[in-house]
Order: sequence, then structure tokens, then C-alpha cells
Amino acid sequence: MRDKLLPDMATALREAGLADGMTISFHHHMRNGDHVLNAVLAEAAKQGVKNLTLLSSSIFPVHAPLIEHIKNGVVTELDTNYMSGPVAAAVSRGLLEKPVMFRSHGGRPRAIREGSRVIDIAFVAAPTVDPMGNISGSLGPAACGSLGYAVPDAECAKTVIAVTDNLIDTTLESVSIPHDRVTHVVKMDSIGDPKGIVSGSTSMTRDPVALAIARKAQAAIRASGLLKDGFNFQTGAGGASLATAQYLREDMIRMKLKGGFLLGGITKYLVDMLEEGLFDSIYDVQCFDLAAVESIRKNAAHHEISADTYASPRQKSCCVDFLDTVLLGASEIDVNFNVNVHTDSNGMIIGGSGGHNDAAAGAAMTIIVAPLIRARLPIVVDRCTTITTPGNTVDVLVTERGIAVNPARPDLADRFRDAKLDVYSIEELRAMALKIAGEPRKVEFTDRIVGTVEYRDGTIIDSLRAPA
Amino acid sequence: MNRCRTMLFMPGNNPGMLASAGSLGADIVIFDLEDAVAQAEKDTARILVRNTLTYLKPATEVTVRINALDTPYWKDDIDAAIQGGAEYILAPKCAQASDVHTLMGAIEEAEARTGTTKKLLLIALIESALGVENAFALATSHPRLTGILLGAEDLTAELGAKRTAVGQEILYARSRIVMACRAAGIKALDTPFPFVTDLEGLAADAAFSAQLGFDGKAVISPHHVHAVNEAFSPTAEQVRWAERVMVVARRAKEEGKGAVSLDGMMIDLPIIKRAERILSRAADTTETCNA
Amino acid sequence: MGNTTQASAGTLESNDILVVIAPGNGGEATVSVESIVMKQFGPAIIATIQASLAEHGLGGVTVTAQDKGALDCTIKARMEAAILRYKELHS
Repeated sequence: MRDKLLPDMATALREAGLADGMTISFHHHMRNGDHVLNAVLAEAAKQGVKNLTLLSSSIFPVHAPLIEHIKNGVVTELDTNYMSGPVAAAVSRGLLEKPVMFRSHGGRPRAIREGSRVIDIAFVAAPTVDPMGNISGSLGPAACGSLGYAVPDAECAKTVIAVTDNLIDTTLESVSIPHDRVTHVVKMDSIGDPKGIVSGSTSMTRDPVALAIARKAQAAIRASGLLKDGFNFQTGAGGASLATAQYLREDMIRMKLKGGFLLGGITKYLVDMLEEGLFDSIYDVQCFDLAAVESIRKNAAHHEISADTYASPRQKSCCVDFLDTVLLGASEIDVNFNVNVHTDSNGMIIGGSGGHNDAAAGAAMTIIVAPLIRARLPIVVDRCTTITTPGNTVDVLVTERGIAVNPARPDLADRFRDAKLDVYSIEELRAMALKIAGEPRKVEFTDRIVGTVEYRDGTIIDSLRAPA
Repeated sequence: MNRCRTMLFMPGNNPGMLASAGSLGADIVIFDLEDAVAQAEKDTARILVRNTLTYLKPATEVTVRINALDTPYWKDDIDAAIQGGAEYILAPKCAQASDVHTLMGAIEEAEARTGTTKKLLLIALIESALGVENAFALATSHPRLTGILLGAEDLTAELGAKRTAVGQEILYARSRIVMACRAAGIKALDTPFPFVTDLEGLAADAAFSAQLGFDGKAVISPHHVHAVNEAFSPTAEQVRWAERVMVVARRAKEEGKGAVSLDGMMIDLPIIKRAERILSRAADTTETCNA
Repeated sequence: MGNTTQASAGTLESNDILVVIAPGNGGEATVSVESIVMKQFGPAIIATIQASLAEHGLGGVTVTAQDKGALDCTIKARMEAAILRYKELHS
């Protein structure tokens, strides 16, 4: 009988044939509690491997040791959809010779499937593994729910190593990634810290400005004409977005509506709406809290989906194509409705697309929710420092001081005006912000390119330079 | 004073809150220099409130709650409100007509001194047993007194009553103030609901307040604004009813009929007046209802 | 701080600024600013502080400011309050 279990990480890397110049991949469901990426790289460094390309769907503050591995030449290239914390800061300042390749959550699986990114070894942080090597994301001490982002990696990588802290001796009933995709299994003490993986409970924001924005977003959705039976909805996990979802829930109860699906990163608020019968189903590519993990385990209407199914433009269709409304955040939005979620106002990397430009491309109405001024900085700018999401996929900006509608959507502007919402041109909102905050000086940049932004379809749409 | 469904208290020494005050959906915001500001910061808060009013005048009307007459601060507070161009002064601890006269004397003196043409209006905060007993005398004490706000926290403390979410302990005070304000033709403004996280209690309390006849209600948390706005806005059903009443009434007038009926109810003058009141409220509340 | 020669106003809350005025060595006032929006508004903050000192005729002092994204009218308000307190202290 076949046994996939290897005794330790060192053996696993040798068995998999890890060598200089390879591409290794990781997924980010363990988020800021992840132990796997650091453990793999520590072992690779120990074995003297160099010039690795790291294809990780996101990089978090917990991955700070990566900085040393880059300095030591263990890792020389990064390919990711989102980056925050010390690695992001170091990369902003020019840590890497080669620019980071920034993709979207839908663009990454597209690149993997089309073969423009070939994975030598995929590492799957596996909360529970059965004797055959079937993986479940929803059981075990580091349960994180959906493993959607790891699916294309597991299906396309030459070698797949499941890293787990929970080997069971029965066969899993419900499988996230099946055994036929798993080459080896290796055990470590803990693959992730549950506190960093999912927050115990996501609490409703108390920020009055976020709530004021949410009330306006609620009114905009109500006025759009899209809120009816079969309404498909995605929201980010930001304060204003989650608050809008709560207000939407009140509307749906009052209007006796039944929505279609909820999509994206899943929180308790969305789970509650499913359980109250307000939506038919949840399509879940990532769980953000324990309630979501619990729900995906027990509720048949709560579906685990792959990154491809979620957002890849290479599929015959993906879920974002069917969205009626998505609520997204912004670090900046320019007068052409282009949105930046890659960099902050100082030009430092603070994130990346994630699913931002995918959902915006698919949704019938894309709403950006953001305060008009954040710490004296106007959110509306002449030109974004970095373009994450092109303006032709963004329909509405909702701020606490007013709403702007993309001129390409006069239909929405008319509906909002009919509903007596406070609609302004985006230039008027910008002028309003400048009047309150004053005109900020332009941040200076060097010529050093530190990142490349690939749109979901593979087009390069922008590059990031190191701030001066 | 047009719309006064919600009057939102904002702490006077918090620049972030003051700057966003006009965006939080309240009809009127109260920049509070009294209870929300520590003794040692009365000077800094007063300057901050004046500057915020001067440079960032909110889209909404602004009331400055000044410190009480028995403090050394109230005259400086009035000056700051006038310099900033606030619409109203909310004067705490008003108990008798002479309090209003003292305040108005100081306001008129300050207006003359600064040469402003904008006339500050006064809202009296009644928060004592004596104040409640003198409600009508207060309500009719000065033409620039535009409304009375009940402050139930100090009142119930003085009475030795327990402050509850249901509020039976303040029913008499509420009714007394509505009566006095209606008789005097000024706005009757209800005490805030003090239990910040009890949103169900808030909705019930605001609905009861509207039922009693108050024009609006103070709120101590931005989270309370929406529910109180809703409680003081006519429902779609009420608006439809009022529109039908007006149609019937118009037809009766055209046809020269005296009494007509709608759904078995006699449509006479008080009914028409009520319908008109609903429609006028609906007209000027649509926007913030949505917001 | 227990320092009886310096005056301060403001807080370290977001959207506020804490300004501290202390006696200087005579001559020009020295102004030092730390800000979360230094790149965008550093010079503007210093200019506002200088203008407040000039407006109230206070020279030769040292001003230290920690800014958390305060708007210009807030900076003016905190400076005015600190200057009045400073003058009171040194009258």
C-alpha cells in the first residue's frame, strides 16, 4: 500500500527535488497565522537552495523572515496578489532586483492554467489530511474553511506537498483537494495560528463615518434597481462594506427579497444572511472568521469554490461575472475612476488587487466605498499612484460627503438623482476634499521599478516605483 | 428651524468628530462645550469649535451647547458661537424665564459688539423639576427662543427616579414640555435615549416620542441617527393616506360638498391639517431619509 | 510633564495635533514637526505654525508638534490655545 507521508520537511524538499531556480507556490488561507511558508523557506535556506521564485497568493506581516531569504539569495523573485507588512515595506524600498509581479485573484489561476507560470512544487497548508492524502480545510486545529486559492496550484504543479498538523486515520467525508493531486504529505507541529487565520468574531465598526458611508451605499443599491429577487452580491471585509451588508439585510427583510449568491471572502454577517434565508447560497473562496468556517463545514448551501471558479477570466464563466453589486475599498480613486489598492499615499506597498479588479470587471454595479478624506489626505486624486482596477470597470464612488457616478453610467446617475441622493461629479468631490484638507504635495519617486501590475487578463497595466 | 428630527451631540474637543459632524445624517449637530469637555480643556475646545465653524461650516445647522450660567465660561462660549456663525445656542440648566433673559441679554450684547447681522436663536435645555414646572413661562419668555429640549438624565437624578429604557418616569415631563411648546408655538425636542447599544429600545423610544408630538429628539451617538430620523419621518403608508385625503378634500371643495369621507372616516379640517403636516414633513425629509 | 514654563494644546488622537510651546533662545522661533502626512503637508504645517506665532506676536520660542493628520483649522486652533496658555504662564 502506498504511503505518502514523509518524516519531515527536509526529507520532503529532497524527495520533491527542490533545486536552484525553481518556482514554488503557496496560498494564503492561513493569512497572518501562517507557519508553512516560513518553515519551507527556512529549510530551503538550510539546504543551500538559491534563486527561488515564490508564487504566493498573498504575503502577510508574519512572513517577515522572507526579507532575509531575499537578501541571502534564497528567493529572488516574487509573484503575488497582495502584500502587506515588513516584506511589502522592504520591497517598496527596492529589496528585490526583479520587480514583483502583482496579479489578481483571478489572474493568478489564469497564469497558472495557461502555463505562463509553471509551478515546480506547490505547498498546501492542509488543516486535515486523511490516509490517502485527501485534504480538508474545514477540520483540525488550524481549520480555515475554504482552500480555494490552492486549487489551481494543486492541479497544475509538478509536485504537490500537503503540509499538515492533523493527520487522521479515517477517510474524509468532505474534501477540499483530492488525494490524486497530492504527491507527498508532511507533518509539522502547527501549520498556523488560529488567531491569525480567522478572527474569532468580526465586530461591526463603530466608526461613525464608515456607518454614514454605509447608509449612502445602502441607498445607492436600493435606488439602482438591482436589488430584487436573485440579487448576487459581494462585499469586502472593510468596516463600511460590512456595515452596508448589514443595512442591506434590513432592506431585504423589509422588501421580502431572496437573493442568489454571496461571494468572496466570507464573514459571519454573510453567513447569518444565508441562514436567515435571504440568499440561496454562498460561494466561498476564503473564510474570514470562525462562523464562516463552521458554516462551510455544515451548510450544504455554503460552497467551497476554487480561485478559477471565483474569478478567472480563462474559465467559460466565473462567479464574478454574475455579480449584481460589489462593494470595494480604495486607497485612492482618480478622476477617471481608476482605483489604487496597491500603495498608500506615500507610495509604499500596502496591499494589491486580491479580487478587486476581478469583481469590478464582473459586477453589474461596482461601488467603491471610502471616506472622502483620510488623515487629511483626499481620497480622490488627479491620477492614482498605482492603477489596480481600471476606471472603466468602476461605476460609483460613495463617500460620507456625497456620491459620484462614472459618466459612462448615466442610467445610474439618473436613478440616484430620482431617489434624491446627493450626486456630484467626481471632480466636485475632489474639489470638496481639497477645500477641506488643502492640496497635498506630490510624493516623489525614484526610477527604480519595484513592481509590475498585471490585469486579470494578462495585460500589464501599471508599474510601481520606489518612493524617493 | 426646519428639520429637527435629530440633534446629534458631538464632543467639542474632538477635531475628527467635529469635521465629520455634517456628514452623519443628523438634521442638526450640537457642538458640545459642556459635559463632553473636561474643565481643563474648556479653552481649547471653545477655540476648536469656533475654528471648525469658521472654516468647515457643516452642511447642517449647528447648535453650540454652552456651559451653564453658574460657570465662568458661558459668555466666552456665546462669543465663540457668534464668531463661528452657529445657528443656535443650546443653553443648559434653564429653570425660569429670567435665565433666558440673562442669556439673551448677553447674546444681544455680543452681537452688537461683533456687529454680526445673523441672529442666533436659543434652545433652552430643561433638566430640572423647577424647569419642567416653569415650562410654559420659559417657552414664552423670548421671541428668539425657538425650542425646548428636555434633558432627562439630570432631571431623573434630581427626582430620585430610575432612568429606564421604557421611560415611564419621564412621561409627565415629556407631555408637559410638548404641551408648553405647542401652546407657545415653538419646537418640542425630546431627551436623548441614553442606552447606546440598545437599538431596539431606541427605536421604541423614538417612536413613542414622535407619538407624543415631539418635533425631534437629541441623540448622543451617531449610531442612533438613522433610527430616530425614521421615527420622525412619515412612513410611505402615511404619505399615501395623506395624499388620498388631499385628493378627496380637493374634490369636495370643487363640488361644493361640506363633509366627505374616506375609508369610512369623516374628512374634516383637523384630518386635512394632519394630512398636510405629514406631506410637508415628507417633502423635507426625503433626502436624509435616504442618506 | 510638570514643566511650568511650557504650554501645550491638542492631543495625539487621529485628526488632531499636539503642540508644545517652550521658551527659546530668543531670536527666531524654532519649529519642529512630526507628522503622518509629512511628505504631503510638512511645509504647510510649519507655515501655519509660524503664521500663528506671528499673528499673536509671539517670537523666540520653541514649538514642537506631533501631527496625526489635523486639518489646517485644527492646527490654527491648537496653536492659538497653546499661545494663549503660554502667554498666561509668562505674564
